[in-house]
Amino acid sequence: MILVCILGLPLIGAGVIAAGGGRPTLGWAGVGANGAALGLGIWTAVRVVRTGPLTGAQGVLRADALSAFMVVVIGVIALLASWIGIRTVALELANGQSTQRRVTTYGVLVQAFVAAMLLAVLAANVGVLWVAVEATTIVTTFLVGHRRTKGALEASWKYIVICSVGIALAFLGTVFVYLAALHVGGHSADALDWTSLMAHARHLDPSLMRLAFALLVLGYGTKVGLAPMHSWLPDAHSQAPAPISALMSGVLLTVAFYAILRFKAVVDLAVGPGFARGLLVIVALLSLSVAASLLLTQRDYKRMLAYHSIEHMGLIALGAAAGIPLAIAAVLLHILGHGLAKSVLFLTSGEIMAAEGTSQIDGVRALLARRPALGGVFGIGLVALLGLPPFSLFSSELLMARAEFEVGLGWAAVAAIIAMVVIFVAVVGHARHMLLGPPGAAVVEAPPPGWVAAPLVGGLVVCGFIGVFAWPLSGLLEAAAHVVAI
Amino acid sequence: MSGSPFTSTLTLAVGAVLVCAVTVVWLSSVRSVIRVVAFQGVALGLVVLVVGVHLGDPGLIATAAVVLAVKGIAMPFLLERSGGGALTRETRPLVNVPASLVASAVLIVVAFVASRGVAHFVGSTEGGLVPVGVATALLGFFVLVAKRRPIFQMVGLLMIDNGIAMVAFLCTAGVPFLIEMGVSLDVLLGVVVLMVLAQRLRSEFGDLDLDELQELHD
Repeated sequence: MILVCILGLPLIGAGVIAAGGGRPTLGWAGVGANGAALGLGIWTAVRVVRTGPLTGAQGVLRADALSAFMVVVIGVIALLASWIGIRTVALELANGQSTQRRVTTYGVLVQAFVAAMLLAVLAANVGVLWVAVEATTIVTTFLVGHRRTKGALEASWKYIVICSVGIALAFLGTVFVYLAALHVGGHSADALDWTSLMAHARHLDPSLMRLAFALLVLGYGTKVGLAPMHSWLPDAHSQAPAPISALMSGVLLTVAFYAILRFKAVVDLAVGPGFARGLLVIVALLSLSVAASLLLTQRDYKRMLAYHSIEHMGLIALGAAAGIPLAIAAVLLHILGHGLAKSVLFLTSGEIMAAEGTSQIDGVRALLARRPALGGVFGIGLVALLGLPPFSLFSSELLMARAEFEVGLGWAAVAAIIAMVVIFVAVVGHARHMLLGPPGAAVVEAPPPGWVAAPLVGGLVVCGFIGVFAWPLSGLLEAAAHVVAI
Repeated sequence: MSGSPFTSTLTLAVGAVLVCAVTVVWLSSVRSVIRVVAFQGVALGLVVLVVGVHLGDPGLIATAAVVLAVKGIAMPFLLERSGGGALTRETRPLVNVPASLVASAVLIVVAFVASRGVAHFVGSTEGGLVPVGVATALLGFFVLVAKRRPIFQMVGLLMIDNGIAMVAFLCTAGVPFLIEMGVSLDVLLGVVVLMVLAQRLRSEFGDLDLDELQELHD
């Protein structure tokens, strides 16, 4: 029942927004619904850690510790993004860039997007998981194209075409998993249930599972933004409205990665851990090198953040490749930390873009002196994202590297660290341009209103808090890691 | 292959799907391409129907009806609506027609070589036909990259989807009914989204080739 409520709440928010006739303030209904879903998610997490997995809706939904953790991540980011979304649509409406009808469409689609992600992580069946991930593609295409400029339409076209091909490959992979499951006598109706796959995993045909997993990594990897299937990502993330970029980068990418984690657990049992590890190390190192080389020459700060996502997805893939419980716990902590830092940065970049009128790095100067509040949040967000203490990305990156050394992937960890150093230098260079410098003749501008600043600062505070004190999460992380670890 | 009615009907229907795919590669008129894709949807529905009747599975026969309705009727209708007006021909494909046909032949061979590993998990008749589904998907991918009109990209995606759906039906007699419904609905919505996007592109910027979309790059 509780799982159905978690799914239903964002949709109720969507209903209120749809019925309300295009006032931006109705967005608070969405914020409330997402906040309530987050609350239920935390409650589910506590219960799951204490008493084991929950099921709902006649077994269609299932929450173990991993699902519960992902629900919490989705809830937090959805809360931040829908909150700032009110500001975004109100500004657009005031500037005449939008109409009341588009405000309503936007609000409804955001809530549907959140619900689809929640369904993906709560689905008991990997077929339903596929349907939910595909649904996120469909919904977000309109959100990427929300501004209807030439760039936005181009980005959404590329996004849906590339991701549809990717998701079609993931479907083929799922079909091959189903074929393998039928061969070991899985009952056809529940053969795609993840628990039943895990129960039969040791008997699944290894050659078929290798083929299936390669297709699944390629397919879901497209949605994760792993190289070489990443080309849609910088366009979509830079053209979408800021709250959408925050949701997509902060949590949609990792929801797709969650699908890979689930299948990896099955494949590790079926063919041994070497195969998935090799595949993930390749895509991880490829993603890191693509991100490093393109960040060096970046001229647009939203694209800079987008390439930064490719880097972090590479790090997460490398951590998952190690696969031991320590590594998976670190990967999950990184998913949360990256989600928080990246969504705060995208939301702040939306404010900066609205204030400065450009997304070019060259067009923004002396932000710290002219707009101390915005510049400060942006700067601290970058510090978090670059993996400096006290933020949680520091500890998760350290733990991932330690786990990689433990399983003999030290060479890959070293390669990743080299890429991270290059990225660090590149991003600090860009940030120095934007943040520092003499203010010139310009006066100090007024900071954004308190209700806008509160979630941005709050997100960073939480990211720092979980970096210093692990206790609220450690039980959940440990339980979630054991669900899919080797 | 034996000459049982099941085998021959199935082979015929599967063959029709592939012939449609090659025809799409060959044609450049938007209107006829949409008709061919509609026919491909019908042939796919027939594949599902034949497998369903052979196995005596009512769920699969119901799925056949859905596939026919969605892929044979609804999607071509939507494509026809969005493809009307000025978009009537592919005038400047990246690869010309003779080269495309040679590429098709190569892709079909690749599909047969690549899907050998899967075929022996499946009954002899269906197993022999699995490579045809893979070939259809590969040809769809070729259409997607080689043609520049938005409508051809939609057709390419549809062909990829038809090919993969055919592999699914031949390998496993279809994924469970509920999931099949979800899949069909998602694909249908995907095409509707592409259609709306294509209309927005046209209304904002006129009739354009996709390679005119060059604003975003590094």
